[in-house]
Amino acid sequence: MPFHHTARIALAGLKTNKTRSALTTLGIIIGVTAIIMVVSLGQGAKDLILSQIEGLGARVIGIIPGRQPKGPTDVLATLTASLKERDFIALQRKENVPHAQDVIPLVFGSETAYYDGQTYRLTIFGGNEAMADIYDAYPEPGRTITIDDVRGGADVVILGKTAADELSQGQSLLGERIKIKGRNFLVIGILPEKGAGSLINFDETAFMPYTTAQRYIFGIKYYNRIIVRADSEENVTATVEDVKATLRELHGITDPDKDDFGIETQADLLKTVGTVLSTLTVFLAMVAAISLVVGGVGIMNIMLVSVTDRTREIGLRKALGATNRNILTQFLLEAIILTGIGGIVGILLGAGLSFAVSLVISNVFGLAWIFTFPVGAAFLGIVISTVVGLIFGLYPARKAAAKSPIEALRYE
Amino acid sequence: MPLMEVKNLEMTYTDEDVATPVLRGLSFKINRGEFVTVMGPSGSGKSTLLHILGLLERQSGGEYFFGGKQTGEYSEDEIAKLRNKKLGFVFQSFNLLPRTTVLENVKLPLLYSGIKEELWNAMAHKAIDAVGLSHRLDFEPSQLSGGEKQRVAIARALVNNPEVIFADEPTGNLDSKSGEVVMDIIQKLHNEMGHTVILITHETYTAEYAERIIRLRDGVVESDTKVLNRRTNKLFQK
Repeated sequence: MPFHHTARIALAGLKTNKTRSALTTLGIIIGVTAIIMVVSLGQGAKDLILSQIEGLGARVIGIIPGRQPKGPTDVLATLTASLKERDFIALQRKENVPHAQDVIPLVFGSETAYYDGQTYRLTIFGGNEAMADIYDAYPEPGRTITIDDVRGGADVVILGKTAADELSQGQSLLGERIKIKGRNFLVIGILPEKGAGSLINFDETAFMPYTTAQRYIFGIKYYNRIIVRADSEENVTATVEDVKATLRELHGITDPDKDDFGIETQADLLKTVGTVLSTLTVFLAMVAAISLVVGGVGIMNIMLVSVTDRTREIGLRKALGATNRNILTQFLLEAIILTGIGGIVGILLGAGLSFAVSLVISNVFGLAWIFTFPVGAAFLGIVISTVVGLIFGLYPARKAAAKSPIEALRYE
Repeated sequence: MPLMEVKNLEMTYTDEDVATPVLRGLSFKINRGEFVTVMGPSGSGKSTLLHILGLLERQSGGEYFFGGKQTGEYSEDEIAKLRNKKLGFVFQSFNLLPRTTVLENVKLPLLYSGIKEELWNAMAHKAIDAVGLSHRLDFEPSQLSGGEKQRVAIARALVNNPEVIFADEPTGNLDSKSGEVVMDIIQKLHNEMGHTVILITHETYTAEYAERIIRLRDGVVESDTKVLNRRTNKLFQK
């Protein structure tokens, strides 16, 4: 019997039991929808986070103080104050690191700011004159931190939008003085709103000269980071080596395993974060895939009921000349059509919901979230659901085919 | 050569080690074009005999020759093909597919026939016309009377132009008037279209439409007689 005839019989069989067919498919639809949503949203989140890391610039190299932990029990090694002023000075020398365009010492921490009876918990970033450029954080209105501010340890601060609004309750804080740790700071600039979703939430931060922050806010002599920006992307690798060599010489380190600092480049970060996010997405997708197996068991269950329910039909078809193979193919096809349709509906539903979520995220939360249709996951969804239909449909179909025509006809 | 011949046919059902003999050695021949009724009280084995003759079930003992060949020599697929091409069945309980139109129900055997699809409609229409239901093509079984349902079933048995038509108590679920119409059509299949008809009934009235009556009792042939005064119904005769 030609295949399309069997397909037509199977379709007719499903059509006569519309509600049952629809409910049976639901398990598969939900499973595939879940997979598509997990993968699509996972991809969106990954793209967003990676784009933010990329936003830091490919030329940026971060130097982290302390020996880098080699294992989970090695955490204490990171809590050191190994990056000091002499490192900063050495890294600035062209003969040490020829391709360093900017070198920025960073100190950071949280402190409470006071103004006119209002308080606000700030994240304070102490840096230098190059900080505005690296973070693309130019005050509007106001001015950036100058080299003189840094040299003199000036009591000046640039506030993020939220921080400024919370402290001022509406009026402009530019030119006003706010109090942090009992000291007055002149507000020289307000950052325009950046929105959430940056790696650093600039709206809740305050920028000030690192000298000021070290001396009056945190009371430390070391840096939390030193940022080096290479003059071109091609020179990043060379610059990393130069930085390492300079610091090792300065710290008297001969064995690279004993480094008391760590280097972080954008490429490293992209790779690490990308791997973590991909692993997470795969894990969640696998959890979702389990629901497909549950859906498959549902299909098998209903198909078994259907085979019993339609015992007379099977007997009749055999009496009219259907072979065992005809019956087997018919019931197998019914299962595969059910799961196949479930797969397609699930893909459409999953893509639609993911798209809706991406709209909500980008419009309500103002994030640069991009909807991606996961072609691979969609393909996989169709294949898996069809295979589920094949596997879980086989047993009921064999049961149907094995019925003797007369037993089937006698069945009441 | 007879169309069907059984020699010492036996059928014993075994259920949980309890053997129940139903047919205990039947022998007879049926020729091409005969109209035979198998009669007998319930439990006499007449339905079982029809199932074996109709290749729906295999006997447990003895021999059955169909078209001169031992049925044991046919493979499962060959038997399916024989059921499809050479045999037509009419059941007491109609066995139409629910929620499926008259036309589609009648086409059912064609699906398994290997006949070109272009011919299906014409063949189905011809069969439906033969039972006088051309005005009911698009009806579903639930919209038909019992008599009409059985006529659809006859059209379905007829559509592949089989050699033998088996009818198992075709009037058993019908009122006497519908039963007469159905019997009239079955007789027409034999008289005018030349089909071999094997009918099962326990009513003498219905049995006498046939040319020959085989009476069973307790799994053996009690008598095998010619019908002297064949009943003919004028209702449908042209």
